[in-house]
Order: sequence, then structure tokens, then C-alpha cells
Amino acid sequence: MPGVVERHRGEERFRRFGLAAIAVSMSFLAFFLISIIGTGYGAFIQTAIKIDVDLTLLEIGLEEGFATEDLAKVRYRSVVRAGMRALIPEDLGRRESRALYRLIGAGAEFELRDKVLAQPDLVGSVVSFWLTSSDDVDLYNKAGSTEAAEQQTRLTAKQIEWYSELKSNDRIKTRFNWIFLTGSDSRDPEVAGVWGATVGSFFALGVCLLLSCFVGVLAAIYLEEFAARNRWTQFLEVNINNLAAVPSITFGLLGLAIFLGFFGLPRSASLVGGMVLALMTLPTVIISSRVALQAVAPSIREAAFGIGASRVQTVFHHVVPLAMPGILTGTIIGMARALGETAPLLMIGMVAFIADAPTSLTQPASALPVQVYLWADSPERAFAEKTAGAILVLLVFLLLMNLMAVILRRKFEK
Amino acid sequence: MKKANYPALMMAMALSLTAASQALARDEIRVVGSSTVYPFSTVVAERFGRSTAFKTPVVESTGTGGGFKLFCSGVGEGTPDVSNASREIKSSEIEDCQENGVQDIVEVKIGYDGIVLANAAGLSQYSLTTKDIFLALAKDVPDGNGGLKPNDAKTWKDVNPALPDAKIEVLGPPPTSGTRDAFAELAMESGCKAFDWIKETKASDKKRYQAICHSVREDGAYIEAGENDNLIVQKLDANKNALGIFGFSFLDQNMDKVQASLINGTDATFENISDGSYAIARPLYFYVKKAHLDAIPGLREFVVEFVSEDASGEEGYLEERGLIPMSGAEREEWLNNVLNFNSLS
Repeated sequence: MPGVVERHRGEERFRRFGLAAIAVSMSFLAFFLISIIGTGYGAFIQTAIKIDVDLTLLEIGLEEGFATEDLAKVRYRSVVRAGMRALIPEDLGRRESRALYRLIGAGAEFELRDKVLAQPDLVGSVVSFWLTSSDDVDLYNKAGSTEAAEQQTRLTAKQIEWYSELKSNDRIKTRFNWIFLTGSDSRDPEVAGVWGATVGSFFALGVCLLLSCFVGVLAAIYLEEFAARNRWTQFLEVNINNLAAVPSITFGLLGLAIFLGFFGLPRSASLVGGMVLALMTLPTVIISSRVALQAVAPSIREAAFGIGASRVQTVFHHVVPLAMPGILTGTIIGMARALGETAPLLMIGMVAFIADAPTSLTQPASALPVQVYLWADSPERAFAEKTAGAILVLLVFLLLMNLMAVILRRKFEK
Repeated sequence: MKKANYPALMMAMALSLTAASQALARDEIRVVGSSTVYPFSTVVAERFGRSTAFKTPVVESTGTGGGFKLFCSGVGEGTPDVSNASREIKSSEIEDCQENGVQDIVEVKIGYDGIVLANAAGLSQYSLTTKDIFLALAKDVPDGNGGLKPNDAKTWKDVNPALPDAKIEVLGPPPTSGTRDAFAELAMESGCKAFDWIKETKASDKKRYQAICHSVREDGAYIEAGENDNLIVQKLDANKNALGIFGFSFLDQNMDKVQASLINGTDATFENISDGSYAIARPLYFYVKKAHLDAIPGLREFVVEFVSEDASGEEGYLEERGLIPMSGAEREEWLNNVLNFNSLS
């Protein structure tokens, strides 16, 4: 038996190791967050160019007394281009003009259209608009137009010259990038956003929650409180534990064979995505719910039986409410895992370019982690910051879900 | 106590499932296939969705082979309408299609893609021949006596005395990638054919010929870097010794970070790939199910948009994304074929 001094030293050593372990994991986390936020914050700001747009009737090809529908049909692309040309006084050839037009974003014409449709009385005058710049201008501007940025950029010397001229005329500014939050997937980084993917994730998670919560919790209650303990239930238990460790892509294959192949559900739909994710989270939900039920003291059950309650009454009036915090935590953690999953969605066609946000469960939808994966694979340079930005959005959602788990647990524990 | 009516809930769920499977009437175009064509297909899809009343087509990147598998699985709303490919459809795939009732397929060529071997910018540029590439990367190389020996070349100088004394280290796509297939076929095979006796085996023993020409060494000189071309570009930036294999569109976007090597003395430029003088270039296609032309709204218009001068013509918007358009005469010929929706014979 070592002496007191030696034992104290042992404790001290253990504390140091513990602290070191925490320091290492914290520094990994800090490194991850710093690098993601460092690249990702750029996704939330964008560069805009102020253009004087000539909306006189002659210019936009309308006549006095035009109908509002005609306003949507105006060729805004050429209107924007005319506005760009007016910014640069010199005469430009065809090639040079094309280079000039590349300063403005691919979505500028649609931005202008929406603005004009919202305020039809602007028609007839020359109006100044801030329109989103192209991704190359955006990157260059955000890098601070330094020497280093000059070497990185894809802009030509001539384009940089134009940019500097616009900058000195106060026609370039940065603003909050609402498009990133309200837009859907696009191949043009300056108009790409996470909205479509967020809706898809939300739909899929809703389906997943409904299925896995009901089925999972009911299965857990039955197995724990009602089923007899015999070989058969032991066999089930081993299988459920096994399923929880199965790689998630397997559930995708299962979904492909059963939901798409056998039931004939539509490909890429968030309904199928939710069902596949539910298959994946079910074992987790069942296991954590059973653990929560086991943790309820047997004396509670005995007391209920003692005053004549039936088994169903005992379980639903006394045991389940007490186990609720644990059941909820398990379910929400299962959901959080489902939110971050791409592999099972790959097989059922949710990893795809889907530009329209889904409006129903059967429409094609993608999901947030899928969006991260697709953008990380895109050749355009500006998608690097969009990728990190989408990761940030995903992290915020995960944080909110975990927060919800904590709040619910507190509430039910009272 | 409120009792939840579980059986009724289950019923409701089952009902909504059947309702969903009946509400299948698909009004968006479904595209699957090659990850090389994906960046072009999606751009056309997005423009098409924005500028017409039709929905934006849904594009999945499944790889060329995986795309044909889905495409040929049958006719009907549950199957894709278009399959992208970074090579021509194989006869086995056509047979597979026909067995499943996909009779008429329209073939559309959209342009070319070059494969480049690049190293980090600012270093000395490599000038390789396809023979050098074969000798550096093949699993077995000729031993000079009409036989084969395992490839033991360590440096580029071992391969060709004119090349620098640098370790052979090539980052490239895995075997599942269409880029890898094309690289083996276009770069390795053409270098392989430079040896007469190997060329002669093609006629006598085609399997052996393919094994010699297409097998890539597995001793660490060729590093499989995954399907993500961005990752290869980043790794080249970090590893000054390495060469990377990827598509021309990634070179185009990252000219400041990487430089392409000369192949057989030709630079990997837009013009050289378009006129066919650059050796490692491949045609890109997509295939359309003729039976779907009238069933899926907008499919006809989507095909027309894809082949329009605005999209895949010289100076079209796909050119800005790195697609190399066909030259005028070849384009005319294809346009004729496509706009009449002539099926593959």
C-alpha cells in the first residue's frame, strides 16, 4: 500500500492527464471552428455594384398604358447590360463588352426584374440599383484588392481597372448576403443559397421524427414493460443493438430496394429520405428509450400496482412520464445524427442538383449536408466559402437541436 | 387520460404512403450520369428552369456507368429521361436498354473535355509524351527483350533521360471514375501502342493487350485521390513534387494555382483540345429516351436548349464553364441529327 504522499501524487497526475485530454479536444474544436468561420463568414456578405438603369419606355420596349404582365417579359438582361456599358465611357469592342458584363452577377437580371415588379412606378425614369456582382469580383473585393488578391483572381487586368474605377466612384459596396439564406442551389456561386436544402432537411426530419419517435418509443415500451423475457426477446435485443452499428449507406440501399423498388415512391423525394433516415435512427431511439425506462425505479411500478393500477396505467401514467427526459434526449440526438447524414440519401437520389425548393413531401429535395458535399465538389472558386457557410448553417441547426434537448430535459425533470 | 389512437395513426401513415405513390405524375425532367458532364448539365438545367415555364430539371451525378444502369432500367416515370456520359454508350449497354424496353435512344454529342496532368504553378513545366506517361505509370513495362517486367521507375529521369530527376508521384482519380477510364484509354494506351509488339497483341490477345495498357501501378507512385478534383488541385499546391490528373474545367478555374504539362509537345489549351491536336481529350455526350419526349413536359425543349448556339456553341455559356465546343462543321452535322431526334441505330 503506497503512502499518502504517493497517492496524492497519483491523483495530481491523473488530474493533469485529464486536463491535457480536455485541452487537446478543445484545441481540435477551436481549430475546426476557426477555419470554418474564417472561410465561411464570406458567404454571408456579398459585393454589389450600383448601376443606373434606364427604365424609360422606349428603352425597355414597352408602350404607354402597358399591362403589368408585360413588365415581367421585358428583356432585363439587355437592360442590365446597357446599364453596365453606360458606366464605362470608352468605346468597347464585342469581346471587351463581354468581359465588362462578366463583372455583374448571373442573377442580376432576375434581381432587377423583381425590383421593377415590386415597384412598377419606377418605369419611365432612370433609376440607380445595387445589383449583385459576379463571384470573381466578389472574391476580389472581399480579399481587399491587394497584391495577393491580384495574383489569386481570375479577373483580367482590364477588368481590375474597371473595378478600381467603379470603386473610386463609390459604385461598389458590400452588403449582407440575403440570397445565401433565401436562395436555392445554383451553379452560379453569387446566387446560390441554402434555403432549398434547409426545407428538404426539414421535411425529411419531420417524416423521420414522426416515424422513429412513434415506432421507436412504442417498441421500447413494449420490449421493456410488456414483453416476456425469453430467448426470442433476447434475440431481438441483440439484433437491435447490431442495427445501431450498421453503416448508414446500408439503410440507403434498403430504402432503394423497398421504398423505390417495391412501393414505387418517387426518387429524390424528402418523404423517402425521411423514411430511410427513420430506419437509421430507429435502433438509436429504441436503445436510448429502453435505457431511460430501465432507469425508472422499480418502486414506482410496485407502488402503482399496489394501489390497483393495471399494467397499461402503470406504464403510461407513471413510468413513461418519468422516463420522458431520457426518451426525448435520445430521440433528439438521433435526429441530430439524421440531420448530418448524406450516405443513405445518395442511394435514393437526394444527392442531386435541385434548383427549386420543394413544396411538398413528394417533390425532389436535397438536404443540408448534401448541399455541403455538392458545393465542395464544384469547380468554381467562390463555392469554397459557400461550402463553409453551409457548414455554419448546419452547425447552427445542430446547436439549436441540442439546446432544445437540454431545455426539454430541464422542463420534464421538474 | 387521453388515449392516443395508434392503430388509426398507422392507418393514416399507410394511406398517405399509397397516396404519395399514386401522385407520381412527374413534371420535372430527370437527368443522371457522368460527373464530368454534371457541371455542364446543371448549368443548362438552371438556365432552362429560369427562362422557361418548365420546372428546373433534377440532375444527379452517378457516374457514366451508373447512369446507364438507371437509364436502361425501363421506360416510365420512375426512370430517368436523360443520361450523361463521358464516353460513347457501349453495345452491352444498348442491349441492356433494349431488354428492358428502352428501344429508341437519341445520342447527343455536346463537345469535348481535356484531361490534364498538372503540377503547382511557378515550378518548371513538364513536357511529357504519352509514352513517358505509360512507362511511368503502367504496372508492367517492356523489359526490352519482348517481355514484361514490373515497373521499377522511381524518377521521371528513369523513364526518359530528358525529364527532370524528380520522384514519380501522380495524384489521380480512382478506378470508378470516368476520368480514369478516359485517362487509361487515351494517355496510357496511346503510349503503350508505341511498342510494336504490344500493338500486335491487340489483334491476337485483346484481353492481354488491355491488361498491359490499362493497368496502373500500385506501388505508391500513382496515388488515388478520390473523385473530388478540387482536392487534387489543393494537394498539388501543398506537394510541389506531385503531378495531378483532372479535367480541363478545373484547370481553367485554377490557372493561378496549377499549370498543365505539355503532352506530346502540345499545350492543354482550349484551341488545341477543340481541334484535336491535344492527345488526351474525350467527347462528352448525353442520351435521351425517345419514348419520354412526349410524356415529360419540356424534355424536347431541354434538348434544344442544350444544343443551342447560346449553350454549347463557340462562345456559349458552357464554354465559360470549361466545355470545349465542337468545331463548326461537326456541330452542324450533330445538330441536324439531334433536332430531328433521330434515334441511335
